[in-house]
Amino acid sequence: MDDLSILIGGKAGFGIDKSGSLIGRLLNQSGYRVYIYRDYPSLIRGGHTFSIIRASRSRIFAHQEKVDLILALNQETLSLHRNRLKEGCFFIFDSEQLKPADEQECGLGLPLGKIIKEEHASEIMRNTCMVGALAKALGLDFDLLAGILKKEFSREADLNLKVARRGFNEARELIKVEPLKQAALPLISGNQAIALGLIKSGLNTYISYPMTPTSPILHFLAEIADSFSLNVIHPESEIAVALMALGFSYMGKKTAVGTSGGGFCLMTEGLSFSGIAELPIVIILGQRPGPSTGLPTYSSQTELHFALNAGQGEFARFIVSPGDAEEAYYWSAMSMNISWKYQIPGIILSDKNMGEGVFNFDLNAAGEIEEEQPVYWDGKNAYKRYMVTENGVSPLSFPPVKGAVIKVNSYEHDENGITTEEIKDTNQMQEKRLRKEIFLAEELENIKTVNVFGDKDSETALLCWGSNKGVCNEIGQRLGLKVVQPIVLNPFPLRQFKDALAGVKKIICVESNATGQLVLLIKGHGFNVDDKILKYDGRPFSTDELEEKVKAYLP
Amino acid sequence: MDKIDLGSYAQNTWCPGCGNFAILNAIKYVLAELHSEGLPLENVVLVSGIGCHAKIVDYINLNSFYSLHGRSLPPAEAIKLANPALKVICFAGDGDAYGEGIEHLIFAAKRNIDITMIIHNNRVYGLTTGQYTPTSPLGFRGKSTPAGTQESPINPLDLMLSSGATYLARGTSHGIELLKKIFKEAILHKGFSLVDVLQVCVTYFNMYEYYDKHVYELSGHDAGDYHQASGKIREWDYNQEAPIALGVFYKKELPGFEERFPVGVAQEPLSLDLKIKELIKDFI
Repeated sequence: MDDLSILIGGKAGFGIDKSGSLIGRLLNQSGYRVYIYRDYPSLIRGGHTFSIIRASRSRIFAHQEKVDLILALNQETLSLHRNRLKEGCFFIFDSEQLKPADEQECGLGLPLGKIIKEEHASEIMRNTCMVGALAKALGLDFDLLAGILKKEFSREADLNLKVARRGFNEARELIKVEPLKQAALPLISGNQAIALGLIKSGLNTYISYPMTPTSPILHFLAEIADSFSLNVIHPESEIAVALMALGFSYMGKKTAVGTSGGGFCLMTEGLSFSGIAELPIVIILGQRPGPSTGLPTYSSQTELHFALNAGQGEFARFIVSPGDAEEAYYWSAMSMNISWKYQIPGIILSDKNMGEGVFNFDLNAAGEIEEEQPVYWDGKNAYKRYMVTENGVSPLSFPPVKGAVIKVNSYEHDENGITTEEIKDTNQMQEKRLRKEIFLAEELENIKTVNVFGDKDSETALLCWGSNKGVCNEIGQRLGLKVVQPIVLNPFPLRQFKDALAGVKKIICVESNATGQLVLLIKGHGFNVDDKILKYDGRPFSTDELEEKVKAYLP
Repeated sequence: MDKIDLGSYAQNTWCPGCGNFAILNAIKYVLAELHSEGLPLENVVLVSGIGCHAKIVDYINLNSFYSLHGRSLPPAEAIKLANPALKVICFAGDGDAYGEGIEHLIFAAKRNIDITMIIHNNRVYGLTTGQYTPTSPLGFRGKSTPAGTQESPINPLDLMLSSGATYLARGTSHGIELLKKIFKEAILHKGFSLVDVLQVCVTYFNMYEYYDKHVYELSGHDAGDYHQASGKIREWDYNQEAPIALGVFYKKELPGFEERFPVGVAQEPLSLDLKIKELIKDFI
């Protein structure tokens, strides 16, 4: 078995997500690399939800359209996904609810209701029973699953074990998964990777108003707040979130906030304030399809230009869009460092696929990164919060400091932070603030900000950003194409981008939006794209789907 | 008391006769007095919104955070949480705090966070040249309501009482001695304190005569009694003609948000790395 995909589906609110994670761990601990795509509707109960768990010998970051096994907790799962099943493959189903005609050839039925009743277990443990059957179907050792269940279920571990054992005993081997010798890597969501990166670079305070797809960051950080000495705050609105963050920033506390497009709309006055007052803030912007409420639990890449242009006035900003868990970790840490070094807002453009997708995470491969300290006031001359300097960065000091008056201001201000409308002061401050982005752009030329994968000699390049990195990389390799992925999007890494495209005659841009936002951005820098593959239904590209679409543009 | 100059070099641009001068002078006096009693001035952070009131932070040479319209409280709360030892004093206008920023006001009161909020309540928008505010009387003729407003004002002290504020007082810009007394008490109060100052805008809504005729100072009032406080607060609804009480309506000691909130401590880099590694091991 080189590549295995399992789909588990059922009604929302019935533990599908948890089962997906158990299956992921089962395969992960068998030495395979794992990726999990989670698809769920915007409701608490009812509706259809499913996860696709893909396992492979080498690392993977995208799902396949076709699957080898379907675990159907209800009829709907089978009706909706039956066509995904590869020829000669199997489904495991609840035999009390479903009576598929072809169950003899490709089905494995379990009397879930009966088992649950006999074990006095709760309805939600149908999942556990199913996962137990899966372990047998894959030819895995029950002890492996038992270990995972014990860890995952602190409450009712014994009952879960019993129910899983029943499922295991009722099943038969369908597809043999040979355990591999490679060491398992942690399996984390993009949201968790972002949170860990921020912690690594000195996060002190996280403030957020719940909104899909970034709420899991709030939950995760609230959960680990004590052990990492974090302040985690959920205030009255995203307006308060942004403004509170600036208050913490004024006090020298490294602060991040998380939201999606709608919440970011409310944060833009705070963003612009961060620009003029030079108060660092890191904003995680998890994209999902709009306009407006749109498709709340699905994914998009529609806020690139919103992030580039949000907030009144002109000010420096840093925007990065990581493509996997390692990049999410490294660049979140980097965003915090850059935001404080240059006293500018840093925006991490994530999306639902990036944030809620589950990836293997190799900390050692993420890149060395340490918390950096900003430029501090040396205490020698009278303190000026907005002292004009060569690179535009004024030394910082935070209250309380005896002998220093620290004034920040949303109005245009002089070096001391006192309001001004003078021509000379206005020009001087505007230039000082914009100068910082020029120095930042220079610094970024020394760090890898554009990735090149696939066949580096190919004259055709797939261009992508953010969460499409994984799927483009896989298809690029399969079709012998070059793959170019700018990670930093502002200040735009012009030199590295140009180098990446050297020798390329045809550019195919792959984006999860309807207008081609990266296409437009690079056009402004003098690059023309030949073909666009755009997807705006909120779902991620599967490998099969993208391969077919790319092939249509190849000679 | 030490003679200490808290003024800055910023040029004062309030209209002559503006009620804001009384607030500026009273707060400078109180801060100087608190300083002479041992409060380090660097431990004070002034926060303002946007409007005529907000210029006050330019005029005082102390730490300040000149925020956005309606948004003095979120940064003020953050500053207090980041360092509960600081004295955080917010200044806001009535359009600012009772209008655009009212959600923050209700939540700050609900949290009973130890911040002092001073409202420059002139019941008109000054800096945008004369429109009605949430506390303008019914029928107020402003530039946006030339035929008069069709909505009644809110009673901000009533709202604050029911939201959980633990110190509520009112003064006027014609009574600086009372302002000094209340400001000092409000700053020393542990918990969320709000002082509604009937501050007169001489240019757009000159109420000096009206207030002089109607105000009286509370006496024999038990500020610890919620029902008495509520009764006195409701005596005047900011609309109908009625006696206008000045002084402290309500005062209660209750735990503040900052006391209940755990404040993060900086991590050693090594232990941080180890902790991250330990944590992700759980995700295998």
